[in-house]
Formats: sequence, C-alpha cells, structure tokens
Amino acid sequence: MISNEHKRLAQWAMEYALKNGCQASRVSLYTGFSSSIEVRDMKIDKLQQASENGLVINLFVDGRYGSFSTNRLNKVELERFIKGGIDSTRFLAEDKFRTLPDASLYYKGGGAPLSLIDPAFDSILPDDKVALAMKVCDEIYGKDSRIISANGSYGDEKSFKYMIASNGFEGENSNSSFTLVGNVSIKGDGEARPESYWYDSSIYFDVLQKDGIGTKSIERVLRKLGQQKIASGKYAMVVDNMNSSRLLSPVIGALYGSAIQQKNSFLLDKQDKLTLGKNITIKDEPHLVKAEGARYFDSEGVATTPRAIFDKGVLNTYFIDTYISNKMQLSPTISSPSILTMENGTKDVDGLVSSLDKGILVTGFNGGNCNSTTGDFSYGIEGFLIENGKTTQPISEMNVTGNMITLWNNLEEAGNDIRKSSSWRIPSLLFNDIDFSGL
Amino acid sequence: MLGSLAAPSLLGEVTGQVADKATGVLFALNHFGVSESDLKKVLTAALEKGGDYADLFFEHTYNNYIGLQDGAVNRASSNIDFGVGVRVLSGDQSGYAYVENVTLEEMLTAARTAARIANGSAGKGMVNLTEMPIVQNYYAIKSPWDEVAVNTKMPYLQKLNDLVFSLDKRVHKVSASLSDSTSHIFFCNSEGVMYYDYRPMVTLGAQCIMEENGKIENSYASRAFRMGTEFLTDELISEVANEAVSKTAILFQAVKPKGGEMPVVMGAGGSGILLHEAIGHAFEADFNRKNTSIFSDQLNKKICNEHINVVDDGTIPFNRGSVNIDDEGVEGQKTYIVKEGILTSYLHDRISAKHYGIASTGNGRRESFRQMPIPRMRATYMESGNVSEEDMISTVKKGIFADVFTNGQVQIGAGDFTFFVKSGYLIENGKLTQPIKDINIIGNGPKALADITMVGNNYKMDNGTWTCGKDGQSCPVTCGMPSALVSKLTVGGEN
Repeated sequence: MISNEHKRLAQWAMEYALKNGCQASRVSLYTGFSSSIEVRDMKIDKLQQASENGLVINLFVDGRYGSFSTNRLNKVELERFIKGGIDSTRFLAEDKFRTLPDASLYYKGGGAPLSLIDPAFDSILPDDKVALAMKVCDEIYGKDSRIISANGSYGDEKSFKYMIASNGFEGENSNSSFTLVGNVSIKGDGEARPESYWYDSSIYFDVLQKDGIGTKSIERVLRKLGQQKIASGKYAMVVDNMNSSRLLSPVIGALYGSAIQQKNSFLLDKQDKLTLGKNITIKDEPHLVKAEGARYFDSEGVATTPRAIFDKGVLNTYFIDTYISNKMQLSPTISSPSILTMENGTKDVDGLVSSLDKGILVTGFNGGNCNSTTGDFSYGIEGFLIENGKTTQPISEMNVTGNMITLWNNLEEAGNDIRKSSSWRIPSLLFNDIDFSGL
Repeated sequence: MLGSLAAPSLLGEVTGQVADKATGVLFALNHFGVSESDLKKVLTAALEKGGDYADLFFEHTYNNYIGLQDGAVNRASSNIDFGVGVRVLSGDQSGYAYVENVTLEEMLTAARTAARIANGSAGKGMVNLTEMPIVQNYYAIKSPWDEVAVNTKMPYLQKLNDLVFSLDKRVHKVSASLSDSTSHIFFCNSEGVMYYDYRPMVTLGAQCIMEENGKIENSYASRAFRMGTEFLTDELISEVANEAVSKTAILFQAVKPKGGEMPVVMGAGGSGILLHEAIGHAFEADFNRKNTSIFSDQLNKKICNEHINVVDDGTIPFNRGSVNIDDEGVEGQKTYIVKEGILTSYLHDRISAKHYGIASTGNGRRESFRQMPIPRMRATYMESGNVSEEDMISTVKKGIFADVFTNGQVQIGAGDFTFFVKSGYLIENGKLTQPIKDINIIGNGPKALADITMVGNNYKMDNGTWTCGKDGQSCPVTCGMPSALVSKLTVGGEN
C-alpha cells in the first residue's frame, strides 16, 4: 500500500522539480504485488511472484512538456533523473497547450468508498492458491479421452497509486483482482488440436467463482469439434458477451480527443448527431461500487462523472483531456471512460440465437483490424451456424467485414448478459446483414 | 548533460559506483553492484529445495522517446527499468521471482520464492562462474544513444515531417516519433555460465494522414534496428517519408474486394507475417513438447513444396530480432525450421531442448527481467526460390496480391491464422488491376503452407517495427519473404 514514506517521496520529487526549473509538475507513485500459479496435468508448471514500484513525473518547463518514469526510487538517482528530464524538456519545441488541468476540475474527495481492494488479500495462503489452480485442472484432467493438455491457473494482484499535482491535486486509489482460468486442448480432426478456456475474475476473493471453471472450458472446446467454413454471404450475427466489446473498441477509440484533433477518427464532426442506431445508449458510469474500472478521478486528477456517451444513437461526448481542450478550444470532459454500460435487452445469448432462423453466432475473433479514419473493419472469426433458432455446425476460418458505423446502425437487439467482471459491460449483441467470407 | 534524456551518461552511476574501464562481466558486476560471491549465494539459495537449474537475469534498460505532432517536436518521455529475475527449473517446471532492488537480501528472498517450485533438499554444489564471451557481436554500434541529447535527434523528425508534407499536397497531418532503447543484460546460471550483453534498439516511425475530397486515409511506415545513432541518416528519413506517403496515397483508389476463397500472391518483404503466424508460432517448442501445436507430430516430415526453406535467424547484423546470446545463456543461431519442404527443427528454449534431448536453438527470450524466458521467434524468413513475381502473378486468373500488412494472429492448436492486409491489388487475368484495402485474410497453417505453389526469386527482409506478443510478453522480431503464391486462402470482403 501507499505509505507515508511513499507520499513524502512523491512530494519531494515534485518540489525538487519545481525548484529546478519546472513551473508545474504532476507526480504519480505506484506500488504493487502479484502472484500466479499454473498447473498443467495436475502438476505445478509455473509459479511466479513479484512486487514492484515506480514513479512517473510530468514536467511542464518553460511552456514545454516531458514525461519521465523510473523504478529507481533512490533520492540521489531521482535528483539526477529529474534534472536530466528538465534539461531534455527544455530542448523541445514550445507547446503552449500543455498545462495542468484547471484546479476547479479536480476530484476533491468526499465520494463514498468504491471498495476496490479486498482487505483479505494478504490472508490467502500460497497453498490455497495452489489448491484452487489444482481444482480447476482437476475438473479437466482425464475427463475426456480426447484431452491432450489440462491447465488451471490462479493469479492475484494488488496495486496502489498516489498522485499529486502542483496546482493542488492529491489523490489515491487501490485495486485488487483475483483470476481463475481453465484452459484445455483436445485432439481434433486430423492434426488439429482445438483449445478453449473459461475464466472468472473478481476484485474480492470470496466472490471469485471457484467451481465449474474447468468444466466450462471442456464444454467450450468440445463444441468446437468439426469446425468448417461455410458459404460466403450476408448473415445475421450474434456476438457473445465474451467478444462483443471487440466491436465497440474502435468506436470508443474514435472518440478520443487526440484522434479527433489529428483527424484520425471515423467519428469526426459527429457530436450531437444521430450516429449509431436509435436503440443504442452507452454510458460511462465511473462510480459503481465494487466494480472493475470504478474511479473518482482520471489520469490527470479530473473528477469523473456519470455521462451518456451515446444517447439513443446520438453522440453525446468526445473524450477531451486538458491538452486537447486547450488545443481545440473545447470544454474538457474526461481523458478516458471508466465503466462502459449499455442499455440491456431481455434475452441472453441463447435467447438471441433462438430468435433467428439463420445466422452466425460469433464466439471468438481471430486477428483483423479496423481503419481508424474510415471505420472499415475485417476480422477473422469462429463460432456456429445458427439454423432454426439453434446452433448447428461449428465454423471457423471465416472473416467478417464491414464498416463500424453501418454495423452499429444494424444492431437489432442487445442482450441482458453482461459480465460484471469487466469494466466494459457489453452484453451479447445481435446485428443484421453482416458480410461473412468463407467458401 | 550530454546523455539523452534521463539516461545516465556514466553507466556505473546507476548503482552509485564509478564506472571504470572494465568490460564484459567485470563491467556488469560493477554496473549492477554485485559480486561473484553474491551471485553464488543467490544461485545456491535458488537450488536449496532441489531444483535442477537456476539462473539470474539482470537488466538495466533505458528508453527515450521524442515525438512530433502538428509540425513541432513537442513531446518527450523516458523510462528507466532496473531489476533482476531469478528462475529455478525442476524438470519442466519453473519457479520465478524478481526484485527491483538489487541487494543480496532481496535477491535471496526472490531466490527462495522461486526455489519453491522444487520440493526436496539441496542437491549439487555450486560450480565456478566463468565468463561466456560474445564471440560474434551482431549489433556492435558506432555511437551509443546515451551520448546524444534530444536536440541532436529533433532535426531528423523535423526533416521527416517536412519531407512527408512536400511529397503530396493531400497530406494533412503527420505524426513522427523516434524511440531508442539501451539494455545492459547480465546473466549467470548454476551451470557456471556468465555473460554480459549490450543491446541497443531504435525505431523511427511516421504516420501520414491525407485528405482528398472529404475522404481521409492514413498509413504508417517505420524502420527498426539494433543500432546506435548511426541509424539516423538522410537516406533513412527519405525512405520512411516516401513509404508513408505512398502507402497512404494508394488507399484513395482502393476498394474492398469481394470476399471468399481465392489465390493470394504474397508480395516480397512484409509477407513474412504469413510465416510468423502460419508456422512460426506453431513451431515454438513449448507448444510442441506439450503436444498442443498442430505441428506436434510433424517433425522430420514433409510439410510443403520442396523448394521451400524457412529460417529463424538470430544472427543478422543489426536486425531487430537478432540476439548475441539468448536470455538463458545460449548463443544466437541461424536455425532452419523448414529445409527443402521438411520440418527440420522446432524453436527451442532450455526446457524444450531438454525434453527433446537436443541442444537449444537459442530461442529462449523474455520481455524483461519481470518474465521468465519462453521460446520466441527472432527474424523469420523464407529463402528465395526461382520464379519471378511477374510470372507468378500471370498464372492467377482471379485473386489478390497483398504486400502491406499491419497485424496477424494464430490459434496454435487449431492452426487458423490471420493477417490484416492494409493494401494490395486485385489480380485479374494475370495482371494487377484495382487497388484493395483493409481486409483480413484467414487460413489454416499446414494447409496454407502446403498450398504455396511458387516461391519468388526476390527475397526481402521487412525491417519495420514488428513486435510479437505471446503469454503477455512482447518481443522484438522481424520477418521476410520472397513473393509467393498461395493457391487458396479466405479473403475478407463484401458479398
């Protein structure tokens, strides 16, 4: 955790920078601990443990800006490090738009505890961690004659961050996470060895799902057997809740001020315009308690607030940080979203599948990319053919291709099955008229 | 200070000691503030539970970045990373811990944590540590990055920016960056091997955004090498600028093709991504020793056309993927993984080499002291064949030619791999016609390899900034290819 010694060191670093030529500075000091255990075929395969710390200092020198980080926290070395950073920054071209945020925008405390760290973190014994990974593996190992490799793994980490800025910000946050993963490879057709996984993660150890992780990973791999590609064409597409965020990611990326300012966004000039389907409302809800991604301030110390990003398809906000705000003469919003939520529907993935006579259920993406200036995308996929409301043929080695704006205007229905362990709470989604390439 | 950004100009200053004229291991001991006696104590502690093998990987890396945007070099950052990782092997099991404070006490704690992978008592005694010299230095630099300040580097980015703007009136925005990195690596293990390696790396990149009649397109060009400041030349700036502009300009004429299965001619150079994804990962021996790769039963078997030779090479001078010695004390090597169509070798680290009872191929690499080494590619390429690219294209009635790529991925066990084509051309009746863009290509590794029916006579290494991800670790690599015809791949597109 952040000790008083850590705080004094961060404050000393900031004051040292100010005394040596900086007009403004921001310092972040972080510390963390992690451990992991991987079990393969009921034998410990890997065991890892680490603790680390570091300091990041942002220097605003004579209208110029540089950012410097180190894990060497000795004061003698930090003095040389900071002075070197100031000297280097002075060489840069002036950039008058680089400033700290207006102090009135900072988070000033008083929020209810977000409860993002498990107080029981240190009480979990190494043997208990091993036993959990073993249990996941045991649910897989020997359970089917086609299994080649059975893996269970446990990981945990806790991290703490302290941030101060010379115009009056001081803030702290902390997070813990626990993860259990099952991974299984089986003998498939010919030389193929399909694999799949399942996992759960949680901020709190006692909430972590400990049963059924291995069993679910077997189910997921066995259903892949017999994968084939099918005919190219336009299909309805259901994307499950493990993968739906992948399709939202380019949309969110296109909303960053840095992309807008550089004209590197397919959502230029869309503010306050109907951009996505009218059935799409996506919000940033940063203050959910005990929720992954929750926070009261962003990377600059600016207070987070709940806001709609898309409201019934209308683009409500870009992510405008201090630099872009100064540069584009726009009001600052927030540097990045915290927890994304989407207005839920009434069906889970099976419900969405059952509503289709014909379509494709996507259960995994394989590579691909999206053009950031046009929104054109093309991704490899695997999944299942849907016929008469049921998944039939497992499919693979196919591509899905289109344009992000068109895609999100073709959203027919959102599911109700978000995974709360993710900060992007996007349910399974059903889209119409999607181009798939196969045979 | 002369040193670039925050990098110490005198290396020994990091540990508060004065650097002397020592070289190799003596330099490293001084640099990291440790003695041979300390190292033996830590290695002994690492083996106190009966582990078979232990190693210590010390790293001091400093990265510097400067960036240009909106016509000015107005941003800079630096990072210092310092620490040591302790690994213990017991059979094929691994224990690992690392510390950032390189004190004897903290190293002993890490060693005892890693030691827990074994469950017995101390076995063999400690052997003497002997320096393993760098016999062949594949990245001997002329001028180190820590001897130039930011203002020496800035004019190159400015020139790059100005040149990109001058090449095409449609250029609307340019972002350019120069990143250099210097790593001091010191390694020792319980077999008595010690080495010191100085690893430079530099990347220059330019993103170009053009606007034409309200349409906006962007592309990127970069070069990356293990070089010092001699990397920065006017020729290089010109090469990157021209490539960034030409790769962007073509996109205005490009369309998305009709999707489906078709022949694909892979252009020379970056098409090496096909090898990296279709076979490279699946040849990494950790997957094969676990029997989870689609190539697990294919060693010494014919897997493709006898005109195909594929190499994974850590010995190309100044190449981004080169290693003098890998990250577990094995010399960098040139490894034929496919020779005359036969799968001749997997890519090994110590664990897999022991499993197969052979010598390691020197592919044990890690992102940093924070991770344990695993089998990784270096520079992966196919050797030239004997067909001209033109002849190859002339055999295709309807297909595509792909030569600019951004990224790829593979499922090791199922064998399905993909790569994203940023631009290329349609092939119609044996000729390149309409430019195409932004489509994914997917295939299956063994099938795609077997479907390579022609290999060009125009091998080319792609020296862009290729970074490979595996098990959460990033690793610098490169890839290369002559042109090659794959008779059938599934091309993304509209219907």
